[in-house]
Amino acid sequence: MIKKTAAELGALIASREVSSEEVTRAHLDRIAEVDGKVRAFLHVDEAGALAAARAVDERIKNGENLGPLAGVPIAVKDVLATEGVPTTAGSKILEGWKPPYDATLVQRLRAAGTVMLGKTNMDEFAMGSSTEYSAYGPTYNPWDLSRIPGGSGGGSAAALAAYEAPLSIGTDTGGSIRQPGAVTGTVGAKPTYGGTSRYGLIAFSSSLDTPGPCARTVEDTALLHAVIAGHDPRDSTSIDAPVPDVVAAARLGATGDLTGVKVGLVREFSGEGAEPGVMASFRETVDALAKLGAEVVEVSCPHFLYALPAYYLIAPSECSSNLARFDGVRFGLRAGDDGNHSLEEVMSLTREQGFGPEVKRRIIIGTYALSSGYYDAYYGQAQKVRTLITRDFTAAFEQVDVLVSPTTPFVAFELGSRTSDPYQMYLADLFTIPTNLYGGPAISVPSGLSEGLPVGFQIMAGTLRDDKMYRVAAAVESVVGTLTPPAL
Amino acid sequence: MTTVAPPAYDDVTEEFEPVIGLETHVELGTRTKMFCGCPTEFGGEPNTHVCPVCLGLPGSLPVANKAAIEATIRIGLALNCSIASWCRFARKNYFYPDMPKNYQISQYDEPLCSDGWLDIEVDGEIVRIGIERVHLEEDTGKTLHIGGATGRIHGASESLVDYNRAGIPLVEIVTKPVPGTGARAPQIARAYVTELRDVIRSLGVSDVRMEQGSLRCDVNTSLNRPGDDWGTRTETKNVNSLRSVERAVRSEMIRQAGVLRSGGRIIQETRHFHEDTGETTSGRSKEEATDYRYFPEPDLAPLAPDAAWVAELKAALPELPRVHRQRLQTAWGLSDLDMQSVVNAGAVELIETTIAEGASPEAARKWWLGELSRKANETGVELAAIGASPRQVAELQKLVDGGKLTDKLARQVLEGVVAGEGDPAAVMQARGIEVVSDSGALAAAVDEAIAANPEIAEKIRGGNQGAAGVLIGAVMKATKGQADAKTVRELVLSKLS
Repeated sequence: MIKKTAAELGALIASREVSSEEVTRAHLDRIAEVDGKVRAFLHVDEAGALAAARAVDERIKNGENLGPLAGVPIAVKDVLATEGVPTTAGSKILEGWKPPYDATLVQRLRAAGTVMLGKTNMDEFAMGSSTEYSAYGPTYNPWDLSRIPGGSGGGSAAALAAYEAPLSIGTDTGGSIRQPGAVTGTVGAKPTYGGTSRYGLIAFSSSLDTPGPCARTVEDTALLHAVIAGHDPRDSTSIDAPVPDVVAAARLGATGDLTGVKVGLVREFSGEGAEPGVMASFRETVDALAKLGAEVVEVSCPHFLYALPAYYLIAPSECSSNLARFDGVRFGLRAGDDGNHSLEEVMSLTREQGFGPEVKRRIIIGTYALSSGYYDAYYGQAQKVRTLITRDFTAAFEQVDVLVSPTTPFVAFELGSRTSDPYQMYLADLFTIPTNLYGGPAISVPSGLSEGLPVGFQIMAGTLRDDKMYRVAAAVESVVGTLTPPAL
Repeated sequence: MTTVAPPAYDDVTEEFEPVIGLETHVELGTRTKMFCGCPTEFGGEPNTHVCPVCLGLPGSLPVANKAAIEATIRIGLALNCSIASWCRFARKNYFYPDMPKNYQISQYDEPLCSDGWLDIEVDGEIVRIGIERVHLEEDTGKTLHIGGATGRIHGASESLVDYNRAGIPLVEIVTKPVPGTGARAPQIARAYVTELRDVIRSLGVSDVRMEQGSLRCDVNTSLNRPGDDWGTRTETKNVNSLRSVERAVRSEMIRQAGVLRSGGRIIQETRHFHEDTGETTSGRSKEEATDYRYFPEPDLAPLAPDAAWVAELKAALPELPRVHRQRLQTAWGLSDLDMQSVVNAGAVELIETTIAEGASPEAARKWWLGELSRKANETGVELAAIGASPRQVAELQKLVDGGKLTDKLARQVLEGVVAGEGDPAAVMQARGIEVVSDSGALAAAVDEAIAANPEIAEKIRGGNQGAAGVLIGAVMKATKGQADAKTVRELVLSKLS
C-alpha cells in the first residue's frame, strides 16, 4: 500500500476499495517503523490524521466528490503554520509554538481532503542545503543513512523516499524543494513565484520563497500542484491569473512525445563545478529528450554566473528583517526573563539562544548589506543583477520552451562534510538559484543514478508556464522511470 | 555647567533667523487597519483589536487597505501635491516591543504624494508652506512601562504592550524647510498645523484630535545668523496641542540661541517638549541613532494609482477651509480684521456650529471670542476643549433673548457650563440663578431703595436722570443681581416722574 502513488491511492479511496483510514494507518505504521532511522518528521499528528481520514471516509460514503487526492496522506514542511499543531521552522526559537491559524496552503490541503500526517524536518528557517542546520537534529537520506537528504526541505523529500508519505509540501527559496528532490530520487516542483500563496509560510526571503508540491511521480506532483495553486487575496504577491493545467501537461508528457518542444541548454552551466557522474546522467537525459522529438539548442544566459552572490545578498537582507519579529515578546522562546534583565536584554538573549549559527550568519550578512552606506554596493547591486538574470530568462524563453540543467552539482554528500565551509554548502544551489531570482517555475525529476545515488534533472520554464516544465518532466520520467531506494 | 539666563525672545530674533519644518502624523479614520481587517476604534480592552497580521505572527502577510490609500491621495491632492503613478512601501527596521514585526511598513524614497503646498493666513497675510511629501505607514502599538523613575523603558520593572493601535493607518505629512519667518516662526508653525488640521477634517478622513493622538506633530527648528548657512536642526516630539506647537518652537529658538551665543554647538537630536514647563529636553541623539536599513517591502505589490481615478478624486474634493472661511466671512458680515480674530482664536467652526444651533452670528461670535476665549487663555486650553459646546452656547443665548437671563447672569451660567455642571438650564436650576421678573417683588425693592435714598430720589424728580444709577445699584444689590437692570431703571424713572 505505501508504495502506491497518490493518484492510485486517491482512486482506491474514491471507489471505496480502501478507506482513507486504512491508508493513513499504513503510513503512520511506516513512520513508526522507519522514522527512528530517517528522522523526516518533527511532529507526527497521529490523532489529527486519523480523525481527518475518518471524516473524509464519511464524506465519500455520503457521495461527496472531493477530488483526486481526497483521503491521501501528506507530510507538510514545518515552516507552514498549522492551527493548533506545533510549528517550529526547525528552530529552537519557536519550540512549542502552536499557531492560532492555518496557512492558506494548509487550508487548501484540508479542503481537498488530504490527510496531514505531520510536520517535516528542515534546516532552521529554511536556510541550508542538508537539513543539518535543523535545531532538532538532521534528517538522514533513505538511500544511504550516512548521507544528507538535501535541504532545506530534507524532511519532506526523505519522507517520500522512505515511503512514509506519498505526498509532501516543501518551500523553495533557492532550491529547497528541488535539491532535496534530486538527492533523494523524488520529484519536487517550485511553482511560479506568486502562483502559490505564501500566507502562513514563515518567511525566510519574501521575494523568493515559493511553496510547492513534492511526490514520487510527476503526475502526483502535478495533482498536488493543482490543489495548492491559485490566487489568494491574503497574499499581495499572489498572482490573480488562472493556474495552467499542469495535470494535463504531465499526462501529455507521459506519452513520451516531445515533438515541437524546444529545449535549451544553458551554456554557462555546461559542466564546471558539477561532478562527472552528475553531468553524465544529465547528458544522457538530454539525448533521450532529443530522441522523444524535442529540439535541443544551446542558449547563453551570461548573468547566471552572478546568481549565487546576488542571492546571498538579497536573501540574507530580507531574512534579517523577516526574522526581527522573533524577540520573545509575543510568542515562542523567551530567555532571561528572570527579573534581572531589561526588556532589551531579554530580546537579545532570546535571539542569541534561539537562533542557530547559519541563521545568525545570514542575519549578520543581511544587516550589513542593508546598512546605510553599504546598501547601494550590496543590496542595490544585487537587485540590478537580479534584473539582468530576469532579462536572460526572458530572452531565453523567446527562443526555447524550457531550459534544462542538472538540479544540483553533486549527489547526496556525507553528513558533516560541508558544514564547516558555508561556501561549499551554498554551491549545492548553484543551478537552482537563478530561477528563484527570476520567479519562474522549475522542477527536479530523477534522471538516474551516479555511484548508486540519485541524480536530479532540472527543467525551468517561463513565468506562469508551469505546464511546460511538467510536460518535459513527465517525458523524462517516461524514459528513466521512478527510482527505488534500498530497503531500510 | 553654569546656568546662563536664557536670552529674551526679541533679542533671539534680532540676532538669528529661524528655519522651521513640521512632520505631522495623522491617524486615518478608516474602518479597518492598514494591512488587516481589524477595527480601528479608539479604546477597547487591550489586545482585543488584533489578529495574526497586526500581531506580526510568523507567516502572516499584509494586504494594503485601499480606503487608506484613497484617503492619502485625497490629502495629497488637497495639499497640491503630485501623486506618484508608481511607488512602493518600504520597511523601516528597528527593534522596539510596540512594533510587532520589529519593522514598520512605511514609505521611504517613493512617497505616494510629493511636492505640494499649503497656503495659510497669518495676520491677514498669505504664507505659502511647501509640502515635501505625504506618505502612508502603519502605527505602532502602545507600551506602558511600570516601575523605574522615568516611565520610560530604561529602569522599568515591567513593560506591558497593547497592540490595538498597531497597524492603524498613519499618514505622515512633511513640510519643506520654512525659512524667512523671523519672529513669527512660532505663530506660523501653529497656523500651519491648524490649517492642516482643518483641511484634513474637511476631507473627512480623520477626526484629527491632538488630545487623542490622532494628530501628532514633530517640530524641527534651527537657527542661523543672517547670511550664514542654515544651522543644525533639532526635532522636538511630544507636541500635543496647537498651543504647544507655538510654545515648542519659541522655547527651542530661545534655547538654541542661548547655546549659540555662549559659543556652543547645536547637536542634531530628538528633544521632548514638556507641557508643564514649556521647555524641551534632550532625547536620543541622531548622531548615534539607529540605522533603519530601509528597503522596499517585498510582501506588498507596488502602488500604481490609476491617473483617471486620481483625477476623479481631485474633482470630488470638498470646499477647502480657506474658501469656506471666505464664504462665512461674507455671510457673517465681518471685516477682514474681525474674521482674522475669529480664525486666530480657533473659533470658526465653533461659531459656525453655534449659528447652526440657532444663535445669531453676532451673539455666537460675542460668546466665543469674549468670555470663552478669555477663559481658554487663562487656563491654557484650546478653545474647542473649553468645556462648553456650540449647542450649549446657543441655548444660553436663547435664554438671554427670551429674557430669562441677563447678560451678567448668563456669564455666571456659562461659568457653570464650563465647569461641567451641565446644560445652561440645569446650571440655572442648580445655582438658583434667574432674572427677578416678578414685578411685585421688584416694585417693593424699588420702593425700598427710594425710601432709603430720599435726596437721590429728589434729584431724579428734579430731572437728573443720571442719578438713577445709585438707586438701580441698590436694587440690584438687594436682588443679588438677579434683576434686569433695564427693567429696574424703567421702574425707578416711572415711580419718580
